[in-house]
Amino acid sequence: MNDALSKRFRTLLPPLITIVLFLLIWEVGCLVLGIDEFVLPRPTATLAAYQKWQSAIWPNAWQTLFTTLVGFGLAILLGVGLGMLIGYSALLYSALYPLLIGFNSVPKAALVPVFVIWFGIGTMPAILIAFLIAFFPIAVNVATGVATVEPEMRDVLRSLGASGFDLFRKVGFPRAMPYFFASLKVAITLSFVGSVIAELGASNRGIGNMMVIASSRFEVPLVFAGLMVVAVMGIVLYAIFALLERRMVAWAYRGGT
Amino acid sequence: MNKPTAPPVCVDLQHVSLRYVSSGREVHALEDVSLSIGQGEFVAVAGPSGCGKTTILKLVAGLLPPTQGRVLIDGHPVSGPQKNVGMAFQNPILLPWRTALQNVLLPLEVVQPHRGQFRSQRRAYEERAHSLLHTVGLDGFADKPPYELSGGMQQRVSLCRALIHEPEILLLDEPFAALDAFTREELWSVLQALWTERRCTVILVTHDLREAVFLATRVHIMSKRPGRLIHETLIDLPRPRALEDTFKPEFVDYVHSIYGRIGQVRA
Repeated sequence: MNDALSKRFRTLLPPLITIVLFLLIWEVGCLVLGIDEFVLPRPTATLAAYQKWQSAIWPNAWQTLFTTLVGFGLAILLGVGLGMLIGYSALLYSALYPLLIGFNSVPKAALVPVFVIWFGIGTMPAILIAFLIAFFPIAVNVATGVATVEPEMRDVLRSLGASGFDLFRKVGFPRAMPYFFASLKVAITLSFVGSVIAELGASNRGIGNMMVIASSRFEVPLVFAGLMVVAVMGIVLYAIFALLERRMVAWAYRGGT
Repeated sequence: MNKPTAPPVCVDLQHVSLRYVSSGREVHALEDVSLSIGQGEFVAVAGPSGCGKTTILKLVAGLLPPTQGRVLIDGHPVSGPQKNVGMAFQNPILLPWRTALQNVLLPLEVVQPHRGQFRSQRRAYEERAHSLLHTVGLDGFADKPPYELSGGMQQRVSLCRALIHEPEILLLDEPFAALDAFTREELWSVLQALWTERRCTVILVTHDLREAVFLATRVHIMSKRPGRLIHETLIDLPRPRALEDTFKPEFVDYVHSIYGRIGQVRA
C-alpha cells in the first residue's frame, strides 16, 4: 500500500517541481528586471487577481468548460464515425481526404466571424470552433488505426468465415483504440484553444470574453488569471484522458509502468 | 494409395492453377496441382521458398479462388472461407488486447454453431480452452497477455486457437519456422499428440524436411514457380514417433531421399 502511494508520489514529483520552478523564475525575473505589471504580472499578482475576481472568473470558466466539452464530444462522435469510414474504405479515403485537409487548413480563428453571421454571438460559435479544431486529429488517428490492421490478423478471422462486421468488432475496433485515446489527449487541449478563440470575439460569456474585457480595462493580472484557469483546466482534462487511456488500452503499453 | 481400406477423400484439389497480377506483373503461382487427401491424413508439402506452398493452404481455406481447376472439401466445391477449417501461421498473430484464453476462444465467437451459444455455454467453452492449453503445456498462462509469453508459448496458443472449434481440417503454414530448434521439436511432439487424439486432416507447409518426415503420413515436394507437385513419399514409420527416432537410419533415409529430390528441383 505504502509502496504504491510513494510510487505515485514519485511520478507526480518531477512535474510539480518543474511547475514550481517555472513560476519561481517568472516571479523572480519580473522582480529583478523590474517588469511592469501592465506588461507581465508576476504569478503572485496573478494569484491575487484570481482571489479578488473569483466570483467573476468561475461562471466564465464553467461556460468555457461547457462549450469545450460539447464541441469535444461532437468531435469524438463525428471523428470516430468518419475515421472508421475512411480507415476501412480506400475509396472513401481518397475521395474525402483532400477535402478534409482543406477544411483543416483553414485557420479556425478566421471562421469565427462566419459563425457569428450564421448563429450570432454566443455559445454556438465557441462550440463549433472547439468541435472543428478537435475533429481532425481524432478522425485521422482512428482512420490510421483501422487502416493499419495487419493483413494476417484479417486472415485469421477470414479463415473462420468471419463477416466484415465481425472483423470490425473483433479486430478493427479494438486495434484502433490506442490511436483513438492518443488523439483524445491532443484533441481536448485543442478544444480549449478553439472555444477560447471563439469567445475572444464572439461571445459575451466565457474566459475568452472575460479576458477581452479585462484587457480593455488594463486589468492585466486578471487576463493572466484567465490564462491560468484555462491552463489548469487543460492539464486536468488531459490527465483524466491519459488515465482513461492507461486503463482502457493497457495492452498497448505492455506493462511499462 | 487406393487400397480398399483408404479413408474417404476429404480435401481434393483437381488440376488447380493460380495466376495473379502483382505490381503489374503476372505471377504464375500454381500450375496444374492435383492432390487428394483422405480424412485423417497428415500431409506435408515441402519445397523451395516462394514456390506457392502457402497458396495451396489459402485455396483450401477458401481465402483465394483458383484461376483454373476445382477445390473440393468433402465433395463440395469451395466457394468462400470455410468454417470447418483451423489455420495456424508462421507468426502466432495473437490479438494483443486479449489474454491467451480469450485468444483461444476467438473462433468460438465467430464460427456457428458455437457463436450462437457462446454466451450461454461460456463456462463449458472456457473449460474446453483450459484443457486444450493444458495439452500444449500452458497451464497457468491462460490469463496472460500475449506479450508476456515467449515465442514458443505464443505459437502453442495459436495452435490451440486453430483447434478449439474442432475443425475437420487443420492448415499449418510453417508454424514452427520462427522458433528455436528445441522448442520446435518439442512442439512436433505436441502436434503429433493432438493429431493422434483428434485425427483431423492436416496439411502442413514447411521447408524443414525432418519436420515433414517426423509428422506426416505423406510428404509432397513442390517445384519452383510455377509450383507443381513433383514427388510424393509415403512415410511408413511407426507411431507415435519419438524425437530419438529422428536419428534412426530409416528416418534419416527418408529425409535423405527427399532432400535429394529437392536438390534436383533447385538445380
